[in-house]
Amino acid sequence: MPELTARAAPPLAHHFVDMRQQTEAARLGMWLFLASEVLLFTGLFTAYSIYRYLYAGVFEEASRKGVELWAGTTNTFVLITSSLTVALAIHFARLGRGKLAAALLGVSLLLGCAFLGIKAIEYANHFHEGQLPGKFYTFAEVQGPGASMFFTLYFIMTGLHGLHVIAGMTVLAVMAVRAWREEFGPEHYAPIEIAGLYWHLVDLIWIFLYPLLYLI
Amino acid sequence: MVHDAPASAGSAVYNTPNYLNAEIGVRSWLLTRDHKRIAIMYLVLTTSAFALGGIFAMLIRIELLTPGPTIMSALTYNRMFTLHGVIMIFLFMVPAIPGIFGNFFLPLMLGAQDVAFPRLNLLSVYLYLTGAVIAVWGMIHGGADTGWTFYAPYSTTTPTQVVPILLGAFVVGFSSIVTGINFIVTTHTMRGPGLTWNRMPLFVWSIYATSVIQVLATPVLGMVLLLVAIEHAFGFGIFDPARGGDPVLFQHLFWFYSHPAVYIMVLPAMAVISEVVCAFARKNMFGYKAVAYSSLGIAFVGFFTWGHHLFTSGQSTFDAGIFGVLSMFVGIFTAIKVFNWTATLYQGAIKFTAPFAYVCGFLFFLVFGGMTGVALATVSLDVHWQDTYFVVAHFHFIMVGGTIMAFLAAIHYWWPKMFGRMYSEGWALVAACLIILGFNATFIPQFLLGNMGMPRRYYSYPAQFWPLNVASTAGASLLAFGFLLVLTYLLISLRHGKVAGPNPWGSRGFEWNTPSPPSALNFPVPPVFTHGPHDYTTGAETPPEAPGEPEHA
Amino acid sequence: MNELMRRMLFLPEQASQYARDVDRLHYFVITTTMIAATGVGLTVLWFFIRFRRRSEAQTTPRVEPKTIHEVLFIGVPLSFFLLWFAIGFPQYVRLQTPPRDAMDVYVQAKKWMWKFSYAGGPNGIDVLHVPAGRPVRLLLTSRDVIHSFFVPALRLKQDVLPGRYTQTWFNADKPGRYELFCAEYCGMGHSAMLGEVVVMRPEEFDAWLADARRSGSPAVDAAMTEEEHADPRQSLTQQGERLAAEYGCFKCHTVDGTRHIGPTWLDLYRKTEKLSDGKTVLADEGYLTESMMDPRAKIVAGYQPVMPTYQGKIPAPEVAAIVEFIKSLRTDAVKVEPSKGPVYAPIRK
Repeated sequence: MPELTARAAPPLAHHFVDMRQQTEAARLGMWLFLASEVLLFTGLFTAYSIYRYLYAGVFEEASRKGVELWAGTTNTFVLITSSLTVALAIHFARLGRGKLAAALLGVSLLLGCAFLGIKAIEYANHFHEGQLPGKFYTFAEVQGPGASMFFTLYFIMTGLHGLHVIAGMTVLAVMAVRAWREEFGPEHYAPIEIAGLYWHLVDLIWIFLYPLLYLI
Repeated sequence: MVHDAPASAGSAVYNTPNYLNAEIGVRSWLLTRDHKRIAIMYLVLTTSAFALGGIFAMLIRIELLTPGPTIMSALTYNRMFTLHGVIMIFLFMVPAIPGIFGNFFLPLMLGAQDVAFPRLNLLSVYLYLTGAVIAVWGMIHGGADTGWTFYAPYSTTTPTQVVPILLGAFVVGFSSIVTGINFIVTTHTMRGPGLTWNRMPLFVWSIYATSVIQVLATPVLGMVLLLVAIEHAFGFGIFDPARGGDPVLFQHLFWFYSHPAVYIMVLPAMAVISEVVCAFARKNMFGYKAVAYSSLGIAFVGFFTWGHHLFTSGQSTFDAGIFGVLSMFVGIFTAIKVFNWTATLYQGAIKFTAPFAYVCGFLFFLVFGGMTGVALATVSLDVHWQDTYFVVAHFHFIMVGGTIMAFLAAIHYWWPKMFGRMYSEGWALVAACLIILGFNATFIPQFLLGNMGMPRRYYSYPAQFWPLNVASTAGASLLAFGFLLVLTYLLISLRHGKVAGPNPWGSRGFEWNTPSPPSALNFPVPPVFTHGPHDYTTGAETPPEAPGEPEHA
Repeated sequence: MNELMRRMLFLPEQASQYARDVDRLHYFVITTTMIAATGVGLTVLWFFIRFRRRSEAQTTPRVEPKTIHEVLFIGVPLSFFLLWFAIGFPQYVRLQTPPRDAMDVYVQAKKWMWKFSYAGGPNGIDVLHVPAGRPVRLLLTSRDVIHSFFVPALRLKQDVLPGRYTQTWFNADKPGRYELFCAEYCGMGHSAMLGEVVVMRPEEFDAWLADARRSGSPAVDAAMTEEEHADPRQSLTQQGERLAAEYGCFKCHTVDGTRHIGPTWLDLYRKTEKLSDGKTVLADEGYLTESMMDPRAKIVAGYQPVMPTYQGKIPAPEVAAIVEFIKSLRTDAVKVEPSKGPVYAPIRK
């Protein structure tokens, strides 16, 4: 990811004809990468649907008794808000107000940290209660085949998403520094824009994870 | 280690400035962003992988020379065929043609100075190398014995080193995704002025279709390999029936990638064939649009046929019917291409050269291999053939008879462009004959073994399968000898070959409008495209010249 | 003709009508494939001779396809492919639907042996005895990894999965001994996981079965029986009854038709049960197995979801025994659905 964005540091790379071509390439590249990321999660979503179909009752019970609805809901709001501040940051970067954009990205980063913090509290609870994947599962309240499977999928899905959050925050941090240095303007804002795209994807994946794991 | 070999050879031989001598030294190769140098790095790496996989193949064939144990134990044999499969597929078949010829010629054919993301391109080489190193590390520390399909729950319970092999394949998968993204973006945004979609060389169309599959299918494989690795390492029970897991789910997810992956391996081969047929028939492609769009058709329909690997796994009869019919349609796109390639020869001006010899082999093997593939999708026949040597033979007909023939055609066709030297045509024809003969002798007996009912991955076998196995091993030796011959005369030609000149074949492909080897900056002036590729209706604009001997340093 | 083609293609003997039918399709498919490949090869050769390059500066006319060409290129192969499919798919459907009157044999695979259990009879290791001319249904499961039951002479293959049952059937009509292979890679002993299918004349088979029931199966592997503490002299049904008592099934289920905490087992097999969610389900082997492994998946209307799961607690062959026991509990006088009679008659005690 930093690859894509850092590449645009000298405004026009030697192998492009003009800025328009370069921006177009960067944007298309990012969209393709996002498509690839979506397919990465699709494997997990497929596994989830199959096992949910097989063990409908147990999954329902596990999502009712095993996970904290307040944590999931709060995290959803946290992430949506962070997406909003990223969108605003892009807007102000385009207007050339780099310092304000950097500040907004800073808010997003804080929200990202909050998300990870809440997730960490949840994980600690799961460890405490023995709601762990596979052979480590010892949670007494929900038993039966498929109960440990719910937590296996829960940990893999949220874990992978968490890694994406961390990657996204790294990218945003780089962008915040560059915005602070006033590198962006009406002509040149592609890097921060595609960084934003990535953050929105991270957000979007959570919006799918939240109902699957916490609500239904 | 080997990276600097072409550089030093190049600096000694060529005195015209080109991409090989633009910068000298190991560092200039390791940190290069030139798509042509990256292609050469891929050439060295994937060929080494091919050699390693080939050694495993020969060991397997030697082991099968007698019905009982021959040279190794059952466990070693199981590791051998696993490593043969993993290396050949993930380290050679998938990256070879896109990595080498896609990288080298896609920008040249589009009139671009480089691919869209040169740094990512270099990253893809290093991802490939990292994956390969992890996999080789795993091999040295025990290797896996699961077969390249990693079927759960065997793969999650075997005590061998599955995890490094899986992680290696996972990392190589990312290299593949990065290359795919690069090619799609390059094709979309970097076509030169006048190069509309319908003027693009057919090579680009096929590579484009390949890239689409790479970007969309590889992540699913990555995920499923990761799940198997996690389960093997920590016992999470994702595919373990004792914990409520479903082993058939693994097969679905695995084949969702791995069936399209067959097209990742064969579409680039088709890309090459389209170019070579036109160049040596000196003829426009009969049915350009049909060939171009059928590539996209294969890429699309290829995503919906994975269930034909599960006819005997206990999936529902209804599913089997749907996947069976859809598989028939994938066969059609290949048929369209074959007929159009053949029809291209009509009224052409055909010159029989080594690349063209491989094309002839390719056409026969692809028709036979492809139709046996459709036969396998004919549901009831698959019940008999599934997991027997028939499947092995069919697969190798497509992979060796298709992709490797095309790979050889490509390397012979483009060798003069990449290195500026001609190889010995006589030896090349001898090698082509050896390879085609050896190939038939290796794999036709395997079809018959499959009919007899010999299951694949058998370390020992009942005596009735003996004669055909001996025939197959004999053929494999011939095949191996052919490959060594190719390697020898190509390496010799690097130093002693005749200087090729910019266009030794008189081809109208856009990539031949550059000097051989091309300069570091592909085109001093960006080219303007006024006609489609493969246009041979007028006389040559620049007749192929015979340049003088180079000065030796 | 059949014999000639069979030998040319190195196909093994044909021990059933299904095998002969599949082979006919095989001949058709391979012949078309050979003709197509040779046709393309000869065309290339002809074009090469006719249109070889005569001078280095030669130009060629631009030839474009007409619509009819592309229609032919698509239509001809597609019609052949679909024809293959139209013949092959019904054969597959036939293979997937065992006839009602088939004799059941439970097949259990483990690394690296086969175990065959007859409903009313003994067990066999690596050798499957079947009567000629009578349909035999196999219910297959694995104890460890995936195996695959492959008899080339019957053109028959079915994967054997851990944790669930798959089924297939055949009607061998030619007495003889046929090879049985494991076709799905399963580790070190994969290529040694061989077995034999012995097709006997029906009267010989009946005699063999009766004899085996009396004396116990001669070839019983010690490792296998020890682990499963199954007595080969006991029939599967008897084992099932004993096991059901051991696992405490009778605390909730009766065998005499009275209602208790759970539904009675009498006449349960092949009964259409009404579920609490309004759907209905046919109580076949699959449902019975599922109800032991995942009792809450389908709750019969009027009962509480109180049954614990036996997933991982009962080994697969014991599940088979219990299912077989349930199948044996029938009041022949009062048939629930006379049209859907018991699956087989000959072997019942």
